[in-house]
Amino acid sequence: MRSVKKKGILADLREGLIHRLFQTSGLMVIAILLGIIALLLYTSVPAFREIGLREFLTSTRWDPTSPEKPEYGFLSMLASTIMVTIGAMVISFPLGVAVASYLSDVAAPKVREIVKPIVELLAAIPSVVVGFIGITLVGPLIARVFNLSHGLNALNGSLLLAIMALPTIISISEDSLNAVPVSYVEASLALGANPWETLIKVKIPAAASGIIASLMLGMGRAIGETMTVLMATGNARAFPSGFLQSVRTLTANIAIELGEVPYYSTHYYALFALGLVLFLITFFINLSADVILEKQKRKLQ
Amino acid sequence: MVNTNLKTVGQTKILVENLNLFYGQKQVLENINLSIPENQVTAIIGPSGCGKSSFIRALNRMNDLIPEARIEGKILIDEENIYDRDIDLVALRKKVGMVFQKPNPFPKSIFDNVAYGLKIGSNHNRADLEKIVEKSLRQAAIWEEVKDRLNQNALKLSGGQQQRLCIARALAVEPEIILFDEPCSAIDPIATARVEELIHQLKTEFTVVIVTHNMQQAARISDFTAFLWLGELIEYDRTEKIFTNPANKLTEDYVTGRFG
Repeated sequence: MRSVKKKGILADLREGLIHRLFQTSGLMVIAILLGIIALLLYTSVPAFREIGLREFLTSTRWDPTSPEKPEYGFLSMLASTIMVTIGAMVISFPLGVAVASYLSDVAAPKVREIVKPIVELLAAIPSVVVGFIGITLVGPLIARVFNLSHGLNALNGSLLLAIMALPTIISISEDSLNAVPVSYVEASLALGANPWETLIKVKIPAAASGIIASLMLGMGRAIGETMTVLMATGNARAFPSGFLQSVRTLTANIAIELGEVPYYSTHYYALFALGLVLFLITFFINLSADVILEKQKRKLQ
Repeated sequence: MVNTNLKTVGQTKILVENLNLFYGQKQVLENINLSIPENQVTAIIGPSGCGKSSFIRALNRMNDLIPEARIEGKILIDEENIYDRDIDLVALRKKVGMVFQKPNPFPKSIFDNVAYGLKIGSNHNRADLEKIVEKSLRQAAIWEEVKDRLNQNALKLSGGQQQRLCIARALAVEPEIILFDEPCSAIDPIATARVEELIHQLKTEFTVVIVTHNMQQAARISDFTAFLWLGELIEYDRTEKIFTNPANKLTEDYVTGRFG
């Protein structure tokens, strides 16, 4: 006869310990996030105090090293970031959804098995390598096509970010297309729709929220990307006036200037303020994408 | 024997000849021969896994969706073999409508669900669409319940209502044959009664084939019953004959509940 009672206090202790361990790891992630937010806030506040919120938010001139009158307006960099990101999404979103549809609906299983890992491999290319391609390949190409002296501009950044956002858009869109119940597809085909009509009229609408979420996550990726845009966009400080102009994004500006700035100066704090803006943008984009995905999951169940 | 019986009730709509169906190496239907009469309800009964669903899905080529499915033999609908190369799948599926086991309305409005089959492939103006949608919903005996909320999402309806909506959706494309694949297995008894009554009425205009594992249901609503067992057609006859005086011992055991 075997007893099923717990064997002594040691077993209890061990279980409690394991439970604690996992709990702590979970809490640590949250603590790190909160810590970063606190740090950003703490180091940004002096900037707003010294520069004034108004100048920071409304000026288009960012010239912290001017001997006469330093200015700290973030608008032109925000505009550059938005511009490069939108450009990237215009290219990668339709392409990504098309590839996702192909993978989920058209491709033979064998083709899918090969193409999917390749798409995922695209995400593994280090951003500095992508930037390198931007300087040596995409840049000269743009310069030749548009007859410019060089091709380091917003368009170049958009093209590269499009490539970098593609894996996110493709894999999340494909996941949501695959999550559409087979019964919808069967119903559509049984009513005499062809596979193409079924994809456009049933599958994509049913997966719409996931596809939108993929766009937002791709966008989050593009906004936060630094090295690639730093290398490819030319980094001119002026307010952007077109895709063939050199632009400087928020991320690139922080990366360029933080290395040279004197600690605890107004300029130093201002860069943290830029970081805070960046963080807030990506945080809300990612958060809403998560909410949308969660909602879709519940809807399709 | 079977065919002589059928000649007295009218035209053959579907003629199945030497039908074999395989999923990969596994044979799920063995040499089925059967003629389904026009404007009658024909029930396919048999225990789970006997091939009834596979059989009915062969009639509108839904099995094409399964890559490893392979078919031999012929299925003639109005004397055209639907497995011929020159068959237009879209036209076939408009002619042979299907209602599935689980109600599967699209996550769209009630109106758009019924109009779906009409909007694809052809252009109807709004007035025409509204007319056909209303007609189909009336035919499916759900018009009174939904007429004031046609723009509501169909997923908000109850299971039984969803299933009648799916029937309306199938009727809207004006099929000649409607296939029901265990249409009542996922809805409650009261809803089931309504769907059964509906199926009974449909036979004046359509040829109905229904798969069911519920023998009482087959007895109540069908004119002819085919008994499938392990992929083989054991017996096919008038429903009353199958249930009161079957020719085969297996059929008798099954309809009297000795196995299944």
